[in-house]
Amino acid sequence: MNMVLCKSFEDKVLTVRLPKEIDHHCASKVREEIDALVREAKPQRLCLDLTATEFMDSSGLGLILGRARIAKENNIEYELKNPNSSTRKILFLAGVDKIIKVTTL
Amino acid sequence: MKKIKNAIKAQFPSISENEALSRMIIMGFISRTNVTAEDMADIKTMVSEAVTNCIVHAYKDSPGKITMEAKLFEDMELVIRIKDTGCGIEDMKKAMEPFYTTDALGERCGMGLCIMKSFSDKFSIKSTRGKGTTVTMRKLLAK
Repeated sequence: MNMVLCKSFEDKVLTVRLPKEIDHHCASKVREEIDALVREAKPQRLCLDLTATEFMDSSGLGLILGRARIAKENNIEYELKNPNSSTRKILFLAGVDKIIKVTTL
Repeated sequence: MKKIKNAIKAQFPSISENEALSRMIIMGFISRTNVTAEDMADIKTMVSEAVTNCIVHAYKDSPGKITMEAKLFEDMELVIRIKDTGCGIEDMKKAMEPFYTTDALGERCGMGLCIMKSFSDKFSIKSTRGKGTTVTMRKLLAK
């Protein structure tokens, strides 16, 4: 079963919608799926869409920071979309909003 | 001494499926209180971090048991204690530093203890090398 809920690739932007819950149990599977999609699509921009993500702990933070590193290494623009209030709290605590573009609809 | 309103104790093996289980247990335990949505999200995250630490760090070499105890006092203070009998923390000072991780793969961010400390009203941790670690997190819920 795929962990990422859906993906789209349009105008060289790869958007990956992350699952309802991201914890240590599922993070490695989600990570592998995103990395495979990035390798395949070779996007100009990677957008992790957190619209459906209701829960995320530091394993999710590790996943987000790890993908940021890969994006930087491959000159891919990177952004996070629609984190909920509790995810935003974790992102802000770690200062992620200062280094990664976070957009909210 | 403060009067206990309700209490639970759960014990489960250190398998990653039980991260979600521990969150469900604590959510069930506080579901009949007037806990705010923000506190509920914080508590869920604190528990998830503590249980994940047991699985990823304490029992990294061999699986073991994780004990989770929760007590709710009459004044609505929630006390959560999560205990393992794993390897213990080698360098507590370093472990408490934000972004410090022993993960060589670079996929863990080293923010677990920091999040637990920041999201709880009071946080304490006791660890003995070779014997295990106990974290205690307290949060005052809405009356």
